[in-house]
Amino acid sequence: MAIVVEQLGFNYGARAALSRVSFALQPGSFNALLGPNGAGKSTLFGLLTRLLAPQQGDIRLFGLPIRQHAAAVMQRLGVVFQQSTLDLDLSVAQNLAYHGALHGLGWRDIQARIRTELERLELADRLHERVRNLNGGHRRRVEIARALLHRPSVLLLDEATVGLDTQTRAALNAYVRRLCRDDGLTVLWATHLIEEIDADDRVLVLHRGRLLADDSAAGLCHHSGHDSLSRAFAELTAITTEPSP
Amino acid sequence: MNTRVIVTPDAAAYWHCFAGVLRREYLRFVQQRSRFFSSLVRPLLWLTVFAAGFRAALGVAIIPPYETYITYETYIAPGLCCMILLFNGMQSSLSMVYDREMGSMRVLLMSPLPRGWLLLCKLMAIGLISLTQVYAFLVLAWLSVDLEPPLIGYLSALPALFLTALLLGAIGLFLSSHIRQLENFAGVMNFVIFPMFFISSALYPLWKMREASEWLYWLCLANPFTHAVELVRHALYGQLNPPALAITAGATLVFALLAVLGFNPQRVTGSKGPAG
Repeated sequence: MAIVVEQLGFNYGARAALSRVSFALQPGSFNALLGPNGAGKSTLFGLLTRLLAPQQGDIRLFGLPIRQHAAAVMQRLGVVFQQSTLDLDLSVAQNLAYHGALHGLGWRDIQARIRTELERLELADRLHERVRNLNGGHRRRVEIARALLHRPSVLLLDEATVGLDTQTRAALNAYVRRLCRDDGLTVLWATHLIEEIDADDRVLVLHRGRLLADDSAAGLCHHSGHDSLSRAFAELTAITTEPSP
Repeated sequence: MNTRVIVTPDAAAYWHCFAGVLRREYLRFVQQRSRFFSSLVRPLLWLTVFAAGFRAALGVAIIPPYETYITYETYIAPGLCCMILLFNGMQSSLSMVYDREMGSMRVLLMSPLPRGWLLLCKLMAIGLISLTQVYAFLVLAWLSVDLEPPLIGYLSALPALFLTALLLGAIGLFLSSHIRQLENFAGVMNFVIFPMFFISSALYPLWKMREASEWLYWLCLANPFTHAVELVRHALYGQLNPPALAITAGATLVFALLAVLGFNPQRVTGSKGPAG
């Protein structure tokens, strides 16, 4: 298994953000983590990336417990956070080079990796452009290139398409799916946008810190008796959800 | 991508990491030219205006490392070098708080290398960048008030200045782990920078402080900044001040350790929890 999460729990003071969450992700699979705002998605990402320390339960990446094998785990993990973490005053190349250096890559390796990833994302011509001058979609692509720079095996994306137009969202979603299919990357794609999920996708539904469902999108619809994931999700979470524009 | 062999980061990885952090600090530094100039204007004003006014009022007796009577400008120059390092050290705490609030701290924390090493890299990078400002000030001081330590002093002061930069950077990092918001930097100015600078031997010799007040003298002695200033003062004249070196190095170790121990990644995501 690429990721195994067992009985994970986390509280902010008296408020439970995650409670007994367990799941396992197959290597090379695309997995959607679906939940409304405040469901606990970012807390789960914080725990998976060691920004938060688990209070209960355990997380393993390719069999390695993250507490004991922090360095090996972080080498295999690429992350795109919900909030942009690019340095706006540095160029695309400088931002990526900084990330590569933090992962211990040598200068030549970094330059080669930057070229490869930016070409794949059709951003090679923006190499020396300041991030401040890029639009939201390009910034997100740079963040994906950065997350892939050190050749991770698992890519975590926390609401990576928030604030982007429909076309850009679809393009990023398609690109990540290609990585999954062609490179065998394991993806956990956190979102609250139903339209980003395909019928065959594995869907983990998180609500108020609890994992309510773990099934394919089609399976969720089938079991709930609804013809759309949107309705199945609404019933599961007992909230009104409308498709985003 | 799943076939990648997992290895423990080697010495080269640690070096690449340091080089990367240094490169980023340098790039940020050259982009903030106003910060560079303001860091020079402050001590130059002290040197050319404040010291000119006080030179008649304050006599400085012959004290080590000086072998003759000196001008007041000569006396306060090492303290002003340390003042640059002090402001830069505290500025680093501000930038850490800024990075934390803006989210870019997460990039640093995604590194597979130990967090203690990452902080040390940051500390050394800030220290090395600060040194360029100190040497720019020394050149300007030489041009403006004819400050002329022996040539060897410029070289022998380098390690002393670097150690002082590490000490003040470590204090800055330690403070940054306890500052929750950027607005609190005004508090740092009032409660850290000014007391550290004024309650030290930067502006007045310790014997003069003792003449004025016994408790003030003891406060100066308890201030690690005093010993850093004395270390730099002696080093600028090619001399080693062993007690000052021991206290400055010891305080650097203590604050660096406190900074690493006090660094709480959880603050990066917020104590009340992220939105999602």
